Amino acid sequence: MTATVETPVTVLPSEWRDYFALTKPRVMSLVVFTGLCGLLAAPGHINPVLGFTAVLCIALGAGGAGALNQWWEADLDARMKRTAKRPLPGGRLERTNARDFGIALSVASVLLMGLAANWLSAVILAVSILYYAVIYTIWLKPRTPQNIVIGGGAGAFPPLIGWVAVTGDVTLMPVLLFAIIFMWTPPHFWALALFVQSDYAKAGIPMLPVVAGQAATRRQILAYAVILFAVSLAPWWTGGTGAIYGVAAVILSGVFVALCLPVALRRSAEGDKMKPEKRLFGYSVLYLFALFAALVADRLILGQGLAP
Amino acid sequence: MTPDEQDTLKRARRGRNIALALVLGGFVILIYAIAWVRIAG
Repeated sequence: MTATVETPVTVLPSEWRDYFALTKPRVMSLVVFTGLCGLLAAPGHINPVLGFTAVLCIALGAGGAGALNQWWEADLDARMKRTAKRPLPGGRLERTNARDFGIALSVASVLLMGLAANWLSAVILAVSILYYAVIYTIWLKPRTPQNIVIGGGAGAFPPLIGWVAVTGDVTLMPVLLFAIIFMWTPPHFWALALFVQSDYAKAGIPMLPVVAGQAATRRQILAYAVILFAVSLAPWWTGGTGAIYGVAAVILSGVFVALCLPVALRRSAEGDKMKPEKRLFGYSVLYLFALFAALVADRLILGQGLAP
Repeated sequence: MTPDEQDTLKRARRGRNIALALVLGGFVILIYAIAWVRIAG
């Protein structure tokens, strides 16, 4: 594995909750929501049973990738306060069980997606799982401070998969939805990394604040927020959505940039409470929920989302 | 193994078995529903 610290030898009896915790349920809620929004905003119709199955597959795939991530990073998790109580570093689960559970969930989700929706969405789901478990977790995260930028692609797949589950093909709109989450991920995670950077440094993960320093991280947070502002408006400019989404995107992304400004312009000293960073992190989660909710509202109320 | 540890082990195993039964039951119902929709559609 990636580190030398071993997980505890004595493994306590594992409960179903430990397996559930392996799937990173809190992260999964955002994945399921954006996947569902992609499915609901797509032009066309899908049988509710098949639509439910498609969203379930997105959740299972994300859970499988999360389990594989925790299997690989068990030693790193043991060194960070935020993750030390997870089932593997906590000694409540055997490592091989976590790996097998992750593989079983991943394979089942891809096969079920292919059978219920279509094989293109199943292939994209498989790519997203491999992207997160291999490209991000194993390859990029321990090697480059740009890990979050490229790794953000993994979290950007769900709305694309949900959309393709309905339409069966990849067009401009689902790619724009992918791009929105891709551009949202760096400011979201770097805001978090700014106030937990000692944790990342202790685990030896080259997060941007640890490697390039605070000033560079703060500048890049603002740069990505400005790009996100433009990208979030693209579905409206291209005619893929109507005014409900357009107005919501302007307001939500405007507030996002406004909250990034104090983060970009300040420097924190030892013992700083990091309030602007914490506020930005909290808002970034709300932002994504609200933006995708506006996308679905636009589609359901105005019947937009018909452009390719 | 102490009686307390045995009890904890039993409870954990029972909880896992119930969760697995529910997941398998749900999976069977889901596959049935997908097959029904596919055939009917």
